[in-house]
Amino acid sequence: MKELLSGNAAIARGAIESGVTVAAAYPGTPSTEILENLALYPGVYAEWSPNEKVAVEVGIGASLGGARTLVAMKHVGVNVAADPLMTFSYIGVNAGFVLVSADDPGMHSSQNEQDNRHYARFAKIPLLEPSDSQEAKDMVGLALDLSERFDTPVMLRTTTRVSHSQSLVEIQDPQPRKLKSYVKDIKKNLMLPTYARPRRVALEKSLAGLKEYSESSPVNRIEWRDRSLGVITSGISYQYVRDVLPDASVLKLGFTNPLPEQMIRSFAAGVQKLIVVEELEPFIEEQVRAMGLALAVKGFIPYTGELDPGILAAALVKAGIIHSTGGIAKAGYDLAESPAVPARPPVLCPGCSHRGVFYALRQLKLNVSGDIGCYTLGGLPPLEAMDSNICMGASIGVAHGIGKANPALDARTVAVIGDSTFLHSGITGLLDVVYNKGNATVIILDNRTTAMTGHQQHPGTGRTLAGDPAPAVDLEALVRALGVKRVRVIDPLNLAETEAAIKEELAAKEPSVIIADKPCALLTKAVQPAVRVDAQKCTGCRICTRIGCPAISIKDKLAQVDAAVCTGCNLCLQVCREGALVKGEEKHA
Amino acid sequence: MKLDIVISGVGGQGSVLASRVLASAGMGLGLDVRTSEVIGMAQREGSVTSQVRLGEKLYGATIPDHEADILLGFELAETVRAVPKLKPGGAIIASASAIVPVSVQLGISSYDQKAMQQYLREQPGRVVLLDLEELAKKAGHPKTGNVIILGALSTLPGLPFEPEQLLQAVLSYIPEKLQNTNKRAFEVGRQSMEVA
Repeated sequence: MKELLSGNAAIARGAIESGVTVAAAYPGTPSTEILENLALYPGVYAEWSPNEKVAVEVGIGASLGGARTLVAMKHVGVNVAADPLMTFSYIGVNAGFVLVSADDPGMHSSQNEQDNRHYARFAKIPLLEPSDSQEAKDMVGLALDLSERFDTPVMLRTTTRVSHSQSLVEIQDPQPRKLKSYVKDIKKNLMLPTYARPRRVALEKSLAGLKEYSESSPVNRIEWRDRSLGVITSGISYQYVRDVLPDASVLKLGFTNPLPEQMIRSFAAGVQKLIVVEELEPFIEEQVRAMGLALAVKGFIPYTGELDPGILAAALVKAGIIHSTGGIAKAGYDLAESPAVPARPPVLCPGCSHRGVFYALRQLKLNVSGDIGCYTLGGLPPLEAMDSNICMGASIGVAHGIGKANPALDARTVAVIGDSTFLHSGITGLLDVVYNKGNATVIILDNRTTAMTGHQQHPGTGRTLAGDPAPAVDLEALVRALGVKRVRVIDPLNLAETEAAIKEELAAKEPSVIIADKPCALLTKAVQPAVRVDAQKCTGCRICTRIGCPAISIKDKLAQVDAAVCTGCNLCLQVCREGALVKGEEKHA
Repeated sequence: MKLDIVISGVGGQGSVLASRVLASAGMGLGLDVRTSEVIGMAQREGSVTSQVRLGEKLYGATIPDHEADILLGFELAETVRAVPKLKPGGAIIASASAIVPVSVQLGISSYDQKAMQQYLREQPGRVVLLDLEELAKKAGHPKTGNVIILGALSTLPGLPFEPEQLLQAVLSYIPEKLQNTNKRAFEVGRQSMEVA
């Protein structure tokens, strides 16, 4: 039976069909739906871990404990998990282990566009790159088999277009699940210098075996067509090559670390011109060149951004490989100039509890070190109340560093971080502030969910991935336990209270934490009556538009509130100086 | 047989459902199907583009620029934004109304509704701009715009599926209690093409 599945749903299905019984992840676009789908199947233990490092560690334990295991994360999550990963390759597995890295070329929803294929080489582990949903599903099973056969974790690397595109997938019955027995083997699993040195040697041996396997892997194949042009490609790029160069011979690589050198050499020998087509880094291209093979053109595809058939066709023309783009990206079709289309950047939702905090921060003209989440949008116009954003949890360390560099900045600097992000990797930063006697003021934007990725549970929500009740961490008690004495909880949609709290805590010569406590507006079903505009009082000053609420617009020089969009959070009332915005009235039955 | 459809709109308008429906209708005919979605960062208010490809044997899920046969637009400016995807002479069925983004309120960008409608009408293929809000009222539910557009689409010539097959695909995604409303919306969409 065939089903239409996204790459992520196919990966979950592949895990089920291959007998995976333990899965762990931290949500992150474009990887999130893998665990969400996996959690729907009975008999699988699937968890949201507090961060990706913990997820990989849980996965290592599950593999040692005898269960086939899948761990998933977005590309930057692997940075967090890199520490266990780099040594996991030394100890190897008991039951099969697959790490799914979902990369985000084009940065649809990410802070960078790193190419995680380099991680597989760096950690010396096998790498699989699916190019559609069917391959994504099949490669999970292959990864687990290889993991057990070669005693190594395996990376399955997808990209946004593989994870979020849907294509037809043949569904099969799940294999029976077998739990392997736990084996105590300290020479293999206890990594300290004495035992790690021989494992380091064993790792190279295993890689040599993998290189041999690569030559005959069923996912590496040569498609002979016209031999005047040969293309080496992998992942989603394969599809673009087939769309743009339907007649070219193709070496399609599904297993890309280690590369099949002999296969590449014989393909190169069989074609007149050889090129490599890949998205982001020249990962394959550099290795092919290091083999001493001549490429007809090098580096002709942009290293930045997402590839698509149009970009590939244009690059091939520019490089002289083809003379016209053919059916793709018709050069002769000139579009009449369109009227200006307004930018539609993502904005904080109507009723978003973060809006009050960012408005207050803007009013106070503070230096704000930011973090990863919906609230990063507080750095965009009109609020523009964020100065920096690097990675999960960075806000607190950055604020502390600014204060240590220049104590005069202390009283003007705050860190803002979401609840899920704080639990992911903000706790250690705050510990540092306390320990090293910093003065940082930290605002935890506690909307009780992982909102950005689509409302996933976390250790503070009181629910697990499966929706079961769980202990919810008490943020206030947690930060007090770290040694923060000044802790207060505020309503972020009360502007006066928010501003006063920020001013007071900045003035204090010690670390302080403000918990801005309000559930995500998209999760709160109880919407208050929409705000009304008193046209007599409105002067058209536009101050209400500075909060960046999608419900507010100006029409005929007067404020206008879209009642269908307004959630009645009443933040705009507090901004209006004329009293022209009026609280909506409760409807009485 | 090959059919490439681009669906553009704003988060929350049901374009993702529309792409699932088209994919499922294609699957019902035994066609190869690929879809791809790009969803803006925010859950609401961001641009959303879906691409649906139906054919005998397909590769990429991304429709190259100037290749799409049909553009379905759920919002006026988003329709204009997606025009470069459309092949010369491709059909456009779109909402004539605007969802004005915050950037316009801030004076960062502008939104000239009349100029955009005019621009779309000047495109070489068949162009139908619908008053979706009014039609949704007629269907009896404000959130049926996506099904109305699918109903309108079902009247175009050269589709691989019959209107009834598309309607059944719609209904397979709709909960029991909304079935009649959506049947009505599909019919309203079909009728809108008779007058347009």
